Amino acid sequence: MVGTGILKGMAVTARNFVGSYFEKERLITVQYPEERSPLPENYRNFPILIYDTDDAEAGLRCVACKICEKECPPQCIYIVKSEDKKPDYMGKPQFYPAVFDIDISVCMSCQICVEVCPFEAIKMDKVFELSTRERFDALLQRKDELSKSNTYYHNVHPIEAAEVDAKLAEAAAKKKPAAPAAQSPAVTSPKPSPT
Amino acid sequence: MTTTIQTLEPAERPLQIMSSRLEGELLEVSMGPQHPSTHGVFRMNVALDGEIVRKLKPVFGYLHRNHEKIGESTSYLGSMPYTDRLDYFCSMTNNWAYALSVEKLADIEVPERAEYLRIILAELTRLQNHASLLGFLLSDMGAWGTPLMYAFREREKILDLFESLSGSRMMCDYMRFGGCRVDASADWLAQAKKIVERFPKFLDEFEKLIVENEILIARTQHVGKLSAELAISAGITGPMLRACGVNYDIRKVDGYGIYPRFKFRIPLGEHGDTYDRLMMRALEMRESIAILKQAFEQIPAGPVMNPKVKIRAFRPPVGEAYGRIEAPKGELGFYLISDGSPNPYRYRVRPPSFINLTILEDLCLGHTVADVMVILGSVDIVMGEVDR
Repeated sequence: MVGTGILKGMAVTARNFVGSYFEKERLITVQYPEERSPLPENYRNFPILIYDTDDAEAGLRCVACKICEKECPPQCIYIVKSEDKKPDYMGKPQFYPAVFDIDISVCMSCQICVEVCPFEAIKMDKVFELSTRERFDALLQRKDELSKSNTYYHNVHPIEAAEVDAKLAEAAAKKKPAAPAAQSPAVTSPKPSPT
Repeated sequence: MTTTIQTLEPAERPLQIMSSRLEGELLEVSMGPQHPSTHGVFRMNVALDGEIVRKLKPVFGYLHRNHEKIGESTSYLGSMPYTDRLDYFCSMTNNWAYALSVEKLADIEVPERAEYLRIILAELTRLQNHASLLGFLLSDMGAWGTPLMYAFREREKILDLFESLSGSRMMCDYMRFGGCRVDASADWLAQAKKIVERFPKFLDEFEKLIVENEILIARTQHVGKLSAELAISAGITGPMLRACGVNYDIRKVDGYGIYPRFKFRIPLGEHGDTYDRLMMRALEMRESIAILKQAFEQIPAGPVMNPKVKIRAFRPPVGEAYGRIEAPKGELGFYLISDGSPNPYRYRVRPPSFINLTILEDLCLGHTVADVMVILGSVDIVMGEVDR
């Protein structure tokens, strides 16, 4: 009989409509600004720079090696290497980025900078509400905006951050016998705290 | 099987359905690029006789963004996230096709677990692509919203899986030459298994919703018929080719990855019309579920990345390679020529939806304007891939 197919389809629609009041599986809408679905651990958005200790300048892990700048597919990273050196998180004198800009209007969140960084200095953030009223400067993030503490990193990616800390602690432990004189105790002291 | 047919008569033109009583001129209509059912910025110059399509000229290029040239000026690793942007519905399969061709070029082995993960992700991609295609196709037919929302509800679950594994819903950038970027946890696999086990329930429901619907049958059967000869000689691949009854699936023909270990069937159509193309997707989803179930059972433990591969400053030996896979839309291939430098000398994409779109005129001639939308919907195009 003509029309039975349509009626069968209507039955499915009705079941979904009524079911959406009882079955959670059928109603998956999240009322966004009021409700939020949790972000998964691996979620990535835009890069941030990690620093140890409380000082964003002194504790910055980045040594301005420019690998990420070179590997970034859309070329959104701009780094100027410093003239002088400062002790890094392991106490070794290293260059630091005098300028570190990321144009997040160009960045495509591919995570390649994170993968190629040998110093665990650049990681991905989870902040996604970044709309601005202004197109150019507001989307160009400078070093001070990009720098985030290790505690912040632990908050956004708890599992990954713990792994990174373990790896760095291991590397520091390996280095220690070679250079027993720790030059800056302020830098080495927070090492055991996250573990 | 052989797939070469040398010569072919010009595509048969349907009979004049309406006699041109008024001897009027043809009306030329430009459909698109901003048209809700052209699936992106795609334009068709259609010459109409009343409502009947007499000529149809597809116009591409509105979304051209120099993908191939960018691929030639970035490193091998740097091209990987750009491949996500080709067919943005199926970034996992795009990644795989590119990784496969680089692996062929540099002769890289992939660990066992990574192969399984790739198959799981590719088949999940096929599920969500086909589900949303069915929704879009019905939406093009005038079933606004409802079927599309049901399909998107299922797609959302799979996208959540992608997000929790790779960090992004659509631009996954997950695979690397030599394996996969991150390992899947046991939790993730369990969750994926749960979603796959529930998927047939959605399919049953969805099929009940559409298969017997008289309007759908009237709108799709005998509409946009494609003969097997024309499909083969035009290089059509994927579900569209199989809907004409040609048994050609690269998963079986090439057996890339570890597909030969899996038991699955290739659904074939008979008439090559829009209805067959639509049902082909529904049947393929069932086979994908069968593959996924086997993969979840067999997946071994181990590394997911070949430790010998240097991702950064990767320089493959001089040579060329063509890697192809059965993407949800058809044969997706990447052709790479290496001159030993960190960038490919030539980087070429063989996009399935672009080549499947070339015979649009032959499908549409003699049908009404309203059928053009349905036929276009059944071709399954994504403009990111068509224009590159």
